[in-house]
Amino acid sequence: MRRVLIPNRGEIAVRIVNACRKLDLECVVGASEADLDGMAARMADRVVCLGPGPARDSYLRADIVVQAALGTGCDTIHPGYGFLSESPSLASLARENGLTFVGPPVSAIELAGDKLAARAAAQRAGVPVLPGGEAPSRQRARELATELGYPVLVKAAGGGGGRGIKRVDDESQLGALLSLARQEAGAAFADDRVYLERLVTPARHVEVQIAADEHGAVVHLGERDCSAQRRYQKVVEEAPAPALAPQTRATLLEAAVALAAEIGYENLGTVEFVVDPQTGEPFFLEVNCRIQVEHPVTEAVCDRDLVVLQLRIAGGRRLGFSQEEVRFSGHAIECRLNAEDPARGFAPSPGTLELFSVPDRPGLRVDTFCAPGAAIPPYYDSLMAKLIAHGENRDQAIRLLLDVLADTDVEGVETNRTLLIDVLGHPDFQAARVTTNWLEHVLR
Amino acid sequence: MGLTDDDVREILRIVDESDVEELQIQTEGFSLHVSRGAPIAPSPAPPPAPLASAPAPDAAEPSTPAADEDTVLVPSPMLGTFYRAEAPGASPFVEVGATVGPDSTVCIIEVMKMMNSVAAGVSGTVVEVCAENGELVEYGEPLLRVRVA
Repeated sequence: MRRVLIPNRGEIAVRIVNACRKLDLECVVGASEADLDGMAARMADRVVCLGPGPARDSYLRADIVVQAALGTGCDTIHPGYGFLSESPSLASLARENGLTFVGPPVSAIELAGDKLAARAAAQRAGVPVLPGGEAPSRQRARELATELGYPVLVKAAGGGGGRGIKRVDDESQLGALLSLARQEAGAAFADDRVYLERLVTPARHVEVQIAADEHGAVVHLGERDCSAQRRYQKVVEEAPAPALAPQTRATLLEAAVALAAEIGYENLGTVEFVVDPQTGEPFFLEVNCRIQVEHPVTEAVCDRDLVVLQLRIAGGRRLGFSQEEVRFSGHAIECRLNAEDPARGFAPSPGTLELFSVPDRPGLRVDTFCAPGAAIPPYYDSLMAKLIAHGENRDQAIRLLLDVLADTDVEGVETNRTLLIDVLGHPDFQAARVTTNWLEHVLR
Repeated sequence: MGLTDDDVREILRIVDESDVEELQIQTEGFSLHVSRGAPIAPSPAPPPAPLASAPAPDAAEPSTPAADEDTVLVPSPMLGTFYRAEAPGASPFVEVGATVGPDSTVCIIEVMKMMNSVAAGVSGTVVEVCAENGELVEYGEPLLRVRVA
C-alpha cells in the first residue's frame, strides 16, 4: 500500500488524509467540481476532478472512481462514509482491477445491504432480532401484523440508515402503506421486497463498533448511544452508552462479535441495535460496513485511531491487539454541527462561510473541513463539523461541549448550534433519559 | 427583483434534481439561462473547472492554455483516459488545423473499458490538442483549443 484514493469530501476526507499521513501513505483526493477547492483537496498530494457537483455524476460513479484510482497510480481506495462506501459494485470493481478496497469482503457488504439476509444471519448467530418477517403479500402482512400487534414498521429489504421505513398504527392503514412502501422501495433501492417488524417505542439506539482482520480475529471496541435523532438522523452520539444495564451491554457486545464472525466480516464495522429502555432487551437492527460518522467517540474512549486501523487491516495486517487489550477511559460525546436553518424546518443552508470559529479547549477534538471562506455546496449533506468532547465522566463532557458551543461562531450560513445547546442542556439528556423519538417531541 | 447567490444555488439544485435540460427564466429584472451538457460555444462564461492547484507527484499536468477572444477550450465531459484515435495506429480524429463542427467527434474518453465519443460542441479550427494521448484527463480538463468560426 503506497497511494490511496479518497473519493469523498467534507470532514471525512480530511480525516482520511490525516490517517494516511500517519502511515506515510500518499493520498489523492477524488473531488467533484464543487469540492476542488475544499480542505481535503488542498491537503492532498494530488486532487483529481471526478465530475460535476451533483453526486450521481461524480462521487456515486463507481466506474469513474476506479478509473481515477488507476489513472493516478493509486493502489488503494478508502471510500469514507456515505456515497459508495457500502456499494458492492465499487468494492468488486476495485478488487477486479487489482486495487485494495478499504472495507469488508463483497459478500459481507451484499449481506448487510439486504436487511432480510442480515436478519437471517443474526438469527443464525444467536443474535436477538425483532419479531417480524417478510411480507410478500397483503394477506401475509395482515397475519403477521396481527401476530406482532400494532403499531408495526414496514421496512424495505434494500433500505437501511433510516430510509424506507413506514409506521403502521392499525390494520386500516396496512394495505395502503404496504403498497406505498413496496413502490418506494422499488424506485429507491431497485428491490421492492419489504418486511414487517415489531415497533419498539420508546427505544434507545445503541451500536457496537467491531473490528476484524483477515486472519480470523474479531473484537469489539465498545458501544455508542445515538438516541438523540431527528428524522432518523443522528444529532448527538456518545460512548459508552449511558444508563445501560451491565447485562444488556454484555449481551450487545457478545452478539455483535458473534454476528461479525458468522458473516465473515473483515475491517471495521458497526452492528446497530434498538434497546427497549423498560426491559433492557436489545434487538438487532442492521450492520454498517463503513467507518461511521460518530467513530471519534469510540476513538476517544479507547485511545485508538480507527481509520489507521482500517488501512492496516485492508493492507493485510493483523489487528495487533486482543479483546483484553481494549481498554476504555472516561466518556466522550460528539455533536454534529450542521449547516441547517432551524427557522425553515432545518432545511440545508448552503453558502460561503464568512466566519467559522470554534474555541480550542483541552479535551475537545474538532473534525471539520470548514474555515472562513470555505464553501458549503448545495449538493451534499449539511455536516460542517463534529465537536467531540472527552471527559473523565459524562457530566464533564457535557459541560465542555456546552462551553465550546457557547463560544462557537459561524457566519454566512445558518446552523443548528442552538439546537445542540438545547439538547445538551436539557434535563432529560443530562439524566440520560433520551430515546429515539425524544428530540422530535422536544422540538414540538 | 434581484437574485441572491442562494437563489441561484437553489435554482441549480432544482435543475440538477430534475430532468430539465435547459431552463430560461425571464422577468423584468433579470434573465437566467441554465443548461446542462456541452457548453454553448462562444458563451462568455469561463470554461468549467479550473484545475486544482495541489502539487502533482506524477507527470506534470498538461498546460492549460487560456482561451483568448477567438478561441474556446473544449473541456473533458468526464474523467477517463484520453484517446485521439479510434484504435491504436488509426489516424487521430483531429489534428491541429482541422475544421470541426459541433457534432464532430474529436476524441474518445475511456472509462472502465467504455468508450465515450466526445463531440467538439463548437464550429471552428483546432489550434491545439491540450491532452496527452493515453493519459488520464479529469472532468473539465481542456482537451482542445478551437478557433471559433
